[in-house]
Amino acid sequence: MKQLMGVINLDHELDHLNELTYFRCGAAVPFASRYRLIDFVLSNMMHAELESVGVFVRRKYRSLMDHLGDGKSWDMNRKHGGLFILPPDWNDPTDTSLGDLQHYHNNLDFFKRASAKYIVHSGSQHINTADFQKVFDYHIQKGADVTLVYKKIDQLQPEHDPCLRLEVGEDGFVTNIHQEKTHPNVYLDLFIMEKELFLQQVEYCIAHGESYFFRDAIQKRRGNFKIAAYEYTGYHAVINSVASYYKNSLELLKREEYLSLFRDNPIQTKIKYEAPTRYLESANVSNSLVANGCVIAGTVENSVIFRGVQIHKGARVVNSVVMQKCVIEEDAVIENVILDKDVQLSRDRILVGDSKRPFVIAKSSKM
Amino acid sequence: MKKKEMVAMLLAGGQGKRLKSLTKSIAKPAVYFGGTYRIIDFPLSNCTNSGIDTVGVLTQYEPLVLSSYIGIGSDWDLNRKNGGVYVLPPHEKEDGSSWYRGTADAIYRNLKFVDQFDPEHVLILSGDHIYKMNYNAMLEYHKERNADCTISVIDVPMEEASRFGILNTEEDLKIYEFEEKPAQPKSTLASMGVYIFKWDVLRRALLEDGENPASSHDFGKDILPSLLSKGRSMYAYPFKGYWRDVGTVNSLWEANMDLLSDNPPLNLNDPAWRIYTRNPNQPAQYVAPGASVSGSIINEGCIVCGHVRHSVLFYGVEVGEGSVITDSVIMPKVKIGQNVRIHKAIISENTVIEDGMEIGTERENEDEILLIDNRNKKRRSIPVKTV
Repeated sequence: MKQLMGVINLDHELDHLNELTYFRCGAAVPFASRYRLIDFVLSNMMHAELESVGVFVRRKYRSLMDHLGDGKSWDMNRKHGGLFILPPDWNDPTDTSLGDLQHYHNNLDFFKRASAKYIVHSGSQHINTADFQKVFDYHIQKGADVTLVYKKIDQLQPEHDPCLRLEVGEDGFVTNIHQEKTHPNVYLDLFIMEKELFLQQVEYCIAHGESYFFRDAIQKRRGNFKIAAYEYTGYHAVINSVASYYKNSLELLKREEYLSLFRDNPIQTKIKYEAPTRYLESANVSNSLVANGCVIAGTVENSVIFRGVQIHKGARVVNSVVMQKCVIEEDAVIENVILDKDVQLSRDRILVGDSKRPFVIAKSSKM
Repeated sequence: MKKKEMVAMLLAGGQGKRLKSLTKSIAKPAVYFGGTYRIIDFPLSNCTNSGIDTVGVLTQYEPLVLSSYIGIGSDWDLNRKNGGVYVLPPHEKEDGSSWYRGTADAIYRNLKFVDQFDPEHVLILSGDHIYKMNYNAMLEYHKERNADCTISVIDVPMEEASRFGILNTEEDLKIYEFEEKPAQPKSTLASMGVYIFKWDVLRRALLEDGENPASSHDFGKDILPSLLSKGRSMYAYPFKGYWRDVGTVNSLWEANMDLLSDNPPLNLNDPAWRIYTRNPNQPAQYVAPGASVSGSIINEGCIVCGHVRHSVLFYGVEVGEGSVITDSVIMPKVKIGQNVRIHKAIISENTVIEDGMEIGTERENEDEILLIDNRNKKRRSIPVKTV
């Protein structure tokens, strides 16, 4: 949809997934056997046929850039518009902007060149399958200045603690934005507003020495705008800690969760040309997600296995997440463990973590 | 165009009648194989991996699926500024129009295509075989011998030799005779349908053949024997790897089954020789609690709630609870209900198998592989009796 352009702002997402974010930003963390966290929001943007999408990054973006490439996987390698990865590049000596406002100030051309009249602004930690076209229609129908997307959570979890909450009046407009941990309406870090209004507010915030667009322009001055609230009811997971990463990974083993994330629109990701997974005679696999390119001769239970993993005879993988190209040799055992990419676990090694606090093994370790 | 050392011409126009309903609406090279591939992925990937960046694909029978599948060739890294992949269907000319009359005629009518690259050599391939082969090594062999034509051969058992084009050679593998499907074969060197020609030699032979009304315009029947009779220098190139012709339902099934042993003769997981294919981009496969999978290959997007033994599942296949699948090939997006039994069958794309069906479990002729699609599944299957 040519009326919308996308902004994926990773500036203030903290890299607090311990070993998993030592060398990559949160958005590039592998998830669900073959994706990275950013794939979900990018796929939503692709399905809504956005004209152009800018990704604002500040740190540790090597693996993210490698993953995104020219945006072909999301059909964003376009002659006009498409995907723009916008790392920090401050050239203006008179620039006084701070925080995420720096990105907007330094990339005004990105906003001005697009013919889109509205922007969709999102982070990468809230995995969802929101239909941005529907959110936009709602935004127009409500005649709002800003539309915020939220989900009402029946059973709040620890990972929801840092999330903002929306209080919504009967008329569908936001009456308050706060961080009270017991409030069920979790804000998805996802809003739509008119581009002109957005840029005006950016200018105002910079002029007043502010540093964080959402907090300073919207949350603090919410009285200045008509802020509509759109209730999203589909799949939702917040990935902002190792515990939430692990829990939400294993939740996907419930068939209804798997279907609610994957059934309607395919999630796109960087293509690898792996052969289908080969199960040997001795394989024993149940209740697991398995990507392509694996060779499995051992036992896998209740686990998420990424692309190109080898699990040798007699090995046992239980309640674990095993990322790309790990090798688990004969008779080795892992339970409640997250293995980052390229980990090699030698024969007979046994690693058992706690079901609430899994062991995390850093990328390319040899054990 | 920049001069190319070698251009590949891939013959992909065949109907493949012996694959029955599998080629009802697609050409043989577009038939599915090995859980995620189509047959044509093998020669195309071999080209890419051999460093051949210019490939003409000659289509004729039902070209829609094949040409949209190949697209601009980016999946095989064949979207190039200079060269790349070209789909070449028959076309009308000033002097009239007709279909390709044979394999040689297909190349003859695309002389201009090959000429624009001004190649030294031309590689002729067919789109109906499963194998991994370094064509560049064959080119080196061809150049070392300064051959006019080099034909790749594979050693076949004597009792099967009469099914193939058989080459009789001197000790140094110089060919002196070519026999198409001989009743009494004199050797076991079978042609794989992979030829390298010096382009100027082939070009002249094609021009001559094209004007000859008595010719059937076929490489095996006409071009090769005529070159031999003219005393051209022709060599056999012995190929040692895995090679299967998958022209019949049974051979297609067998080649799929070959992938399932613990050490398969065709390794699809070799990072140094990947087989590229159009990626359907499906979520990871889900193996449910209580399900089991062994001796099988399974692609992404499958949801397995039953039991799969010694079988190949393409992407997006669903297997319901209590169902048992053995020795079978299940093509993309097949939905299998609960308590179904399938044995020694190929199930076509998008087929729906209802709860309780039995396919091929109690049959007399187990050598024949059942081919099931949405039209014939009722006739072939008996609902299971409930006790």
